[in-house]
Amino acid sequence: MEEKTAAVMLRDISKSFGPVKANDRVWLDIYRGEILALLGENGSGKTTLMNMLSGIYFPDEGQIFVDGREVVIRSPKDAFDLGIGMIHQHFKLVDVFSAAENVVLGLQGKLDMKTVGKRIREICDAYGFEVDPEQKVYDMSVSQKQQVEIVKVLYRGADILILDEPTAVLTPQETDKLFAVLRNMRDAGKTIVIITHKMHEVEELSDRVAVLRHGQFMGDMLTKDTNAQDMTSMMVGHSISLNIQRPEPENPQPRIVVEGLTVRSIDGILKLEDVSFTARSGEILGIAGISGCGQKELLEAIAGLQPVEKGSIRYLHDDGREEELIGKDPLTIADLGVSLSFVPEDRLGMGLVGSMDLTDNMALRSYRRGKGPFLDRGFPKRRAEWVVNELSVSTPGVTTPVRRLSGGNVQKVLVGREIASAPKVLLTAYAVRGLDIGASYTIYDMINLQKEKGVAVIYVGEDLDVLLELSDRILVLCSGKVSGLVDGRTTNKREVGMMMTRLGGGKSE
Amino acid sequence: MNRTHSPLFHISKRASIPWYISWAIRAAAIVAAMLVCALVTMLLTGADPIRIYVTIFQGSFGTVRKFWVLLQELSILLCVSLAVTPAFKMRFWNIGGEGQVLIGGLATAACMFYLGDKMPSGLLIPVMIVASILAGAIWALIPAIFKARWNTNETLFTLMMNYVAIQLVSYFCNIWDRKGSGIVGIINPNTRAGWFPVLAGRQYLLNVLVVAVLTVAVYIYLRYTKHGYEISVVGESERTARYVGIKVEKVILRTMLLSGALCGIAGLLLVGGTDHTISTTTAGGRGFTAVMVSWLAKFDPIFMVLTSFLLAFLSRGSSQIAQNFGLNHSFGDILTGIILFFIIGSEFFINYRLSFRASSEKEDGSHA
Repeated sequence: MEEKTAAVMLRDISKSFGPVKANDRVWLDIYRGEILALLGENGSGKTTLMNMLSGIYFPDEGQIFVDGREVVIRSPKDAFDLGIGMIHQHFKLVDVFSAAENVVLGLQGKLDMKTVGKRIREICDAYGFEVDPEQKVYDMSVSQKQQVEIVKVLYRGADILILDEPTAVLTPQETDKLFAVLRNMRDAGKTIVIITHKMHEVEELSDRVAVLRHGQFMGDMLTKDTNAQDMTSMMVGHSISLNIQRPEPENPQPRIVVEGLTVRSIDGILKLEDVSFTARSGEILGIAGISGCGQKELLEAIAGLQPVEKGSIRYLHDDGREEELIGKDPLTIADLGVSLSFVPEDRLGMGLVGSMDLTDNMALRSYRRGKGPFLDRGFPKRRAEWVVNELSVSTPGVTTPVRRLSGGNVQKVLVGREIASAPKVLLTAYAVRGLDIGASYTIYDMINLQKEKGVAVIYVGEDLDVLLELSDRILVLCSGKVSGLVDGRTTNKREVGMMMTRLGGGKSE
Repeated sequence: MNRTHSPLFHISKRASIPWYISWAIRAAAIVAAMLVCALVTMLLTGADPIRIYVTIFQGSFGTVRKFWVLLQELSILLCVSLAVTPAFKMRFWNIGGEGQVLIGGLATAACMFYLGDKMPSGLLIPVMIVASILAGAIWALIPAIFKARWNTNETLFTLMMNYVAIQLVSYFCNIWDRKGSGIVGIINPNTRAGWFPVLAGRQYLLNVLVVAVLTVAVYIYLRYTKHGYEISVVGESERTARYVGIKVEKVILRTMLLSGALCGIAGLLLVGGTDHTISTTTAGGRGFTAVMVSWLAKFDPIFMVLTSFLLAFLSRGSSQIAQNFGLNHSFGDILTGIILFFIIGSEFFINYRLSFRASSEKEDGSHA
């Protein structure tokens, strides 16, 4: 391999938040013309480290060298002056402005929007972006917004780009496009750091991997010299099996029967159209589809949170009795003896209350228990302790607000609460979004355990690889319609991918 | 070569700090506020700041009577603060406390005025209680219905309801006034019908006791009941509330009924237990001061005893300065403003830490 120069050197960088050491004497070299994947579990300090490079945090200790010269980065502006730009997980764009206006927002001096548009087009042509400078941000897809963010950074002359989990919100196709753009940028001599914990992305994209664990630098290596298993072991500190179990369903019985379900959003947009399927006990039904194709509405309709235009959702009891769920709210559904658990996509905005502690979050499901006006905190407290023990939630105690926990632990608390009530139906939406490998596999195991207990699981996922390994059957949605229902054991990624983008995918079972 | 480049200071969020440090910070803020007040006093009036402080203190503790007035002020302010707190916890910005108190007071006064000679006190007082609670509750329920049904802005709505209440009081003052000055004067001065009984020779004791009971009740309600729990969930996230099947509209209506009812009681205590009259200034801005009391105490009814004491104490002190030094009453308000500024500002130092350059050169963190 040819000699490359270190664009950035981090030396002995430490950063603490209160008693927590987020970064502990990290050494890291980042080279020009290279894509570096920064790997690590949640809370291992990846984002903190990069935030120090981009001027959001200031290191407690240590030195930063850019092009061999020691620098002090006090603010994002300092970082920009050094050619360092970061693309955050949450976009920071003004919705009512056009792409071009967002790109130049905050820049000094006289602005000629024509020249700005021209330069943006030059950047787009150079690397393969598809950004229309005139388009308003509110009209853009998630992927387009991300491109605007990258163009914004490039426009300001950055040649060291940091991307924080850029693919978390993208479809497989959009991810491919992004990777192509990133490769173009690398070939043009830019330095790229991508924070991720998706193993196959690291293998596909990066030239070099650096691993952080518990805030410490564990080592770096060339991607071609390593493999997923080794990287995972380095990341978690012990070896971990990357296989997902898929036990055969035992005596599956129809549990939820959906027929002709049609849902419109408040704005009158058709979200689901004539959707029919059956979810069976002891089986995982995977739902695949490009994000925003009605997955959320489907789960919320079953959970009694989404008004339905027409169709029926019937719940079948063990003894053959049927309940119609449409038109009932979650409370009425529960009162009918339908034990339904729902792990929503938005953990802290819907599933849990961030400022409340573990006990009070458990109480969300159980607080109505008992007669009289007073709240029984004993029961939820025991349940919180059970969840903490059973799922090894790392928390100082059950009186800690869940907002203080890391993403993986927040999800464990939510999933733990939902399965603690021994449900018959478990609805999960993006159960492992943003979780690291260790936490993700814990969640898969938990879901499988529910399946073995005879629960009908409906699993909405975005990682096709996982969906194919985990699900017994996969329902593919395309623009709110059923594009196909395939057997998880015999189908492949290509087939499902086709169905996601085109109704029927050209072939059906 | 562990050199560190750092700015003079930087700000970081604290994880958590022990209670005694947070109280030390608050105490330091009050001391600092007193020093600034002293400086301002000397520069503006030339008066001796120590004497000013002594006077402020005397305003509340100078005589037994002044102390009882302080307790009375504290109680009523606390009562209104207790009333608005459940709504605030629900993130329903009820700034209509003023109007709800006034309407409660108006209902009380109406009972005393029209029924004073028609029924015995044993019956009249329960009627007054019911009337004031109903009046306050209805006044709060109207904006709540609009919020629950059509999601109107409750801040504006409750604010406007204040003015409607003030005009209503003004209207009835003109009707009830026998002399034509628009001032009602003491109601039933001879029969004392509807006047609250004087306990142990202390006119305000009953008010103090009622509010003490209410404080504990609201504390328990918010902290230990299912309703209180629902209020917290709705306040933190309406989506979570709907997700677990809480009927948000119902909680809003129920909580505002309670909020208004408590304001009605404050009006009852003011008219039936204190003033025995009604005017447009009966609520005296307490509906707004209560917002501050509640926020300062972070919506904790027990802490609200402290914060309402502080505000009542400062207000009494201001009047005393105005009286003793021949200063404008506004001067006392300036001092109150400075002190509040420091107390609110101290919360910043409780939540955040300033690290100075020198302090970062601590011992080398040798860790396991």
